[in-house]
Amino acid sequence: MTDITELSAVELRDAITAGDISAVAAAEAYLEAIDRIDPRLHAYNEVHRDRAMERASDIDRRLSAGERPGPLAGVPVALKDNLCTAYGRTTCSSAILADYRSPFTATAVRKLEDAGAIVLGKTNLDEFAMGSTTETSATGPTLNPWDTGRVPGGSSGGSAAAVSAGICAAALGSDTGGSIRQPAAFCGVVGFRPTYGRVSRYGVVTYGSSLDQVGPLARDVSDCALLTAAISGHDPADSTSVPADVPDYPATVDTPLENLKIGVVREFLSDSLDADIRQAIDSAAETYASLGAEVREVSLPYSAIDRDDEGNISSHAVACYYIVAMAEASSNLARFDGVHFGHRTAERVRDIVELYSRTRAEGFGDEVKRRVMLGTYTLSAGYYDAYYNKAMKVRRLIHRDFERAFETVDVLLGPVAPTVAYRLGEKADNPLQMYLGDIYTISVNLAGLPGLSIPGGVSKAGLPLGIQLIGPVFSEQTLLRAGHMFEQASGIRRLRPDLAGT
Amino acid sequence: MAKQIDIDLVRHVGKLSRIELTDEQVRTFSRQLGEIIGYFDKLRELDTDNVEPMAHAVELTNVFAEDAPGESLTPEAALSNAPDRRDDMFQVPRIIGTGS
Repeated sequence: MTDITELSAVELRDAITAGDISAVAAAEAYLEAIDRIDPRLHAYNEVHRDRAMERASDIDRRLSAGERPGPLAGVPVALKDNLCTAYGRTTCSSAILADYRSPFTATAVRKLEDAGAIVLGKTNLDEFAMGSTTETSATGPTLNPWDTGRVPGGSSGGSAAAVSAGICAAALGSDTGGSIRQPAAFCGVVGFRPTYGRVSRYGVVTYGSSLDQVGPLARDVSDCALLTAAISGHDPADSTSVPADVPDYPATVDTPLENLKIGVVREFLSDSLDADIRQAIDSAAETYASLGAEVREVSLPYSAIDRDDEGNISSHAVACYYIVAMAEASSNLARFDGVHFGHRTAERVRDIVELYSRTRAEGFGDEVKRRVMLGTYTLSAGYYDAYYNKAMKVRRLIHRDFERAFETVDVLLGPVAPTVAYRLGEKADNPLQMYLGDIYTISVNLAGLPGLSIPGGVSKAGLPLGIQLIGPVFSEQTLLRAGHMFEQASGIRRLRPDLAGT
Repeated sequence: MAKQIDIDLVRHVGKLSRIELTDEQVRTFSRQLGEIIGYFDKLRELDTDNVEPMAHAVELTNVFAEDAPGESLTPEAALSNAPDRRDDMFQVPRIIGTGS
C-alpha cells in the first residue's frame, strides 16, 4: 500500500483522477499526518477538518459522475494564514486579527479550489509576514522539520515546514522580500515567487503593496508548475494584476531548454556566503554546463554586499528594500484600528485616538511596531526625500542592473540565503542582523521579477541548501523548465527530513 | 553608523503611528530604530541625481474598471467583524471636540 503522503501533487492528482485513490482517502491521510506530526512543529494555525472532508467527498462524487474536477482534483493543500478565506479564521498570526473571519476569499485561493484542491488549513507566519524566521508569530514559532532546534525561515515558515514534513501536498505563501523562497531553502522544498502582477493580490492581507506576490511551495518543480498555473492570471479585482496570457506551465516543465545562458551573479558570491552554499552554487553551475548551458559571470553592482574593516556587512539593496517595505507597511497597517474589524481594546478610552493607539499597542507585536514606526518616520515631514524618495530612486538603479544582466543571459543563478536555517532565537534580539539575511532575495522583489528557490543539496551538518534562479519579468516558464532540468540532472529533488528525531 | 533617535522622537513617531508605547519600549526602540535608520543612511553614498523614482516594479497606468454595478458585501457581512455596532453602523467613541 502506497503512503499517500509520499506522493507528489501531480502523482496524487493522477491517482485520484484515475480512481486509484479516493479524494476522501487522500484528505484522511493528510489529516492523520497533521495529527501525528504537527504538534511537534506548529506549522498550522488552524485545520479545517470537516470542510476538507466535505470537499473531498464532493470531488469523489463528481469523479464518479464522470466529471473532471480540475488539474488539482483532490490534492490537499495548505494556505498561509494571510490569505483570506470566507471559512475559518484569517489571523496573519497577529493578536489584532486573532478572531477575524474574512467575509471573502482571496482570488488565488478561489482559483486553487476551482482547480479541485482541498484546503487543509491555514499555516503559521511571521506576524503580518514581517520576519524571516516565523518567530514573530503571535501563535508561537514553527519549528524546522530537519532540526527542531532551528527556524523554518519566514515569513511563510508554516507553509514550508508543512510541505517539507509531508503534512500537505503543497502550499501557498506570499513573498514580499523572500518570504516564499527563503523558507523553501531552509526546509528543502521548492518555492516560487512569480512576477509582480502575475497572481492576483486580492484577498491577501497587504504588507508591501508594490512588493507582495503570492506563490506556491511544493515538493518538486513539476508540482510548482501545477500550482503556479492554477493561481496565475489577470483579476479585475486587483488593478495591479497584469492582463497577460498565462502559458501552460505544466505542459512544458519537463522540456529542457536549448542554448540556455546562465549568469552567475559575481556580487552574490562574497565571503559572507556559507561555504556549503557556495559549493552548491558552483556545482549547480557545473550541472548546467554539463547540460549544454553557457555559464558566465554577470554583475549587479547595486545589489553588492559591502564589508567594512570591522567585518560588518551592509548593502544598498537591503537599505532600499526596508525603507520601501516599511513605508508601505505603515500605510497599509493603518486599517487595523479597532473600528471595522479585529481586536479593540477593552479599556475605557477618552477619545478615538486613544482607542486606536491602545488597540494597536495591544494588538501588534514588537516587530510590527518597529516596522510601522520606521515607515512612519521615513514618510514624515522632513525625512521623505532623504529616505523614501531616495529609496525609490535606488530601486530604479537596482532594476536597471537586472535589465542589463538579462541582455546577455536568460537566467541568473545565486544563493537564496547566506546561511542554512538559523537556530531558534539566534536573530530574535537583533532586527538589523535578521534584515541582512534577506540580502539575496529582496532585489528580486524591488525589481518585480520571478525567483525560483530549489534545493541544491544538503550541508555537511545535514541541513538543506537552497539555490535561486531569477529571470526577467514573465519568464516563469523558463525558470520552471530550468529548475526541472537541474532536478533531473542532479537527482536533488523531493528531499525529506527524518522526522523520527523530532 | 548608529544614529541617535532620541526618546522624544520615538514618542513622537509612536504618536504619529497611533501606537502607545511603554517607557521600556521607548528605550528599546530608541536604540533599535537608531541602528536601523543609521543603516538606511547608507543610501546617501549613491548618486541618484537624474534618476526617476520607481514606485512600482511593473508600471501599469490608467487601469480603469467598467463602470457597471456588481455585487458587493452586504451590510451584514461588512459588519460581521465589527467590535461594536449600532444598527447598520460601526460604533466608535466620540470623535469631535477632543484634543490631540
